[in-house]
Amino acid sequence: MLREPMGLLGIGLVLLIVLGALFAGLTGYSPSKLAMRDRFLDPSFTHLLGTDHLGRDLFTRVLHGARIALGVAFVATGISFIGGLILGMIAGYGPRWLDSLLLLLFDSLRAFPTVMLALALVTLTGPSLAAVVLVVVLATLPGYARVVRAQTMSLKTTEFVLSARSLGAPSWRILAVHIMPNLIGPLVILVSMDIPVVITIEAGMSFLGLGVRPPTPSWGAILNDGYAFIRESAWPAIAGGLPIIIATLGFTFLGETLRDHLDPRLRQDG
Amino acid sequence: MTPLLEVTDVVIRFPIHNRIAARLTGQPSSIEAVAGVSFTLEAGSTYALVGESGSGKTTLARAITGLVPIESGQVDFAGRTISGLSETALRGVRREIAMIFQDPIGSLSPRLSVRAILAEPFKVHGETADLDGKIARLLDDVGLSPHFAQRYPHQLSGGQARRVSIARALALRPKLVIADEPTAGLDVSIQGEMLNLMRDLQRKFGTTFLMITHNLNVVRHVADRMAVMYLGRIVEEGLTDDIFKAPRHRYTTALLSANLKAEPEAASYVIEAEGETPSLLNRPKGCEFHPRCLFKRDVCRTDMPEEQMPSTGHRFACHNPA
Repeated sequence: MLREPMGLLGIGLVLLIVLGALFAGLTGYSPSKLAMRDRFLDPSFTHLLGTDHLGRDLFTRVLHGARIALGVAFVATGISFIGGLILGMIAGYGPRWLDSLLLLLFDSLRAFPTVMLALALVTLTGPSLAAVVLVVVLATLPGYARVVRAQTMSLKTTEFVLSARSLGAPSWRILAVHIMPNLIGPLVILVSMDIPVVITIEAGMSFLGLGVRPPTPSWGAILNDGYAFIRESAWPAIAGGLPIIIATLGFTFLGETLRDHLDPRLRQDG
Repeated sequence: MTPLLEVTDVVIRFPIHNRIAARLTGQPSSIEAVAGVSFTLEAGSTYALVGESGSGKTTLARAITGLVPIESGQVDFAGRTISGLSETALRGVRREIAMIFQDPIGSLSPRLSVRAILAEPFKVHGETADLDGKIARLLDDVGLSPHFAQRYPHQLSGGQARRVSIARALALRPKLVIADEPTAGLDVSIQGEMLNLMRDLQRKFGTTFLMITHNLNVVRHVADRMAVMYLGRIVEEGLTDDIFKAPRHRYTTALLSANLKAEPEAASYVIEAEGETPSLLNRPKGCEFHPRCLFKRDVCRTDMPEEQMPSTGHRFACHNPA
């Protein structure tokens, strides 16, 4: 995997974001403390990306924003992964009526456009990080569950599952020991491909004011501020947009390389 | 000898269309994969079910262990009716009946090591004391060295994988082993090894075998009794020696003569069947073999033959037997 330029680039970009998030406290600035005298400074060695309309160091805010972005991406996809795995296996292996019921649920959820879902939900709960996570879970879980369901249904009729049944193995054991290990690989690929999508959902919701509340730094919020004051200085907008580009590209390259390596059906040399 | 397994008038249907679509197209909503099959299996013997692909033999085998639901009829095992039991109630029965599936590698869970695969029956039935010792003994029983416990199914050859599945089937010393095409996909030399292995284990543990196969050489080699299936029915049943010496049903004669023999002179009389196996969707009227039979009479087109049961215990259903 390290021999492929795209995979290497992906790893590099993702590493950049992760390290940034880890060491966000070391820049010497607070992400939220105001310094009105230093408004709209251009990049310099003291402020690597300049400052915003409240005089806050944009580089520090971007690094703190990485914590929010990565946190939402991993927590939300983690919940979707586990939830999709469990619900998908139940739908695929359980009785017919339960399958129909769950499918109806998955399909109704998938029928909502993500932004509409976010708007409706935030109207009910108010903007918060938990609302962002919930929107991401509702938007991604049905897709995972459907993939897991389809795989479970095809595994259900394989001879190794039949032979476990003929030994008298109970259903939970068949699912946990014989079916689940064969589902995890494809699902990991799917989920890793979805991380950039989740990052853009978080940024998008924060941009629209539906996500984290100010002064918490989020890439979407930084971008929104930059958009409002773009006549004063272009740097806040650039500082908000750049990390989104880096993160989505990095995770996409990484996910695609991972898929090419782990999914033998897509391997070209067969 | 006492019967271990009694199969009585078993019918198995599979739905193919929903009822409304069937009404609209005039096609039946289900097919009868097995259409009223009865046979009895003596304890300690080997019984073979023979037939072409699609004759319902695999379906019947799976139905005996409750993997496929039975439409009507009855299966009795060791004096107990086991057809129609729930999955939970079947658990005890499944300890006594083991199955060996067709695909040597595909019937082993791909992500589990051989050790975990062989531990499965003990874990399922809560007999986990001295697990490693038991697994080592099983590997030894089927002639595999202990280091195979660390291997994964994709690292095994067909013959090795087949030995593992035989070991798994015999793990709990079942009374009955149902082997579905135990020699499929194996080289001829390894086929022989597997059959000898199963015969040795049968002598050692007194296991009863129900073997499903289309390989007549296998049947002749191992089976005490056999049944020939055609389109989900048994058309001829009896002692293997009797059927090979004097087959009565015209389908059996065709099947036996199509089986290549080692001696070239013996192949001089080849009786063939014409055409293809009819579809289960559209069963022929009368004797279901008549469209392919070279010895058909007028009555074969209209009347289904009654089963004839001479006192010898060799039964067959044919209007114009050999």
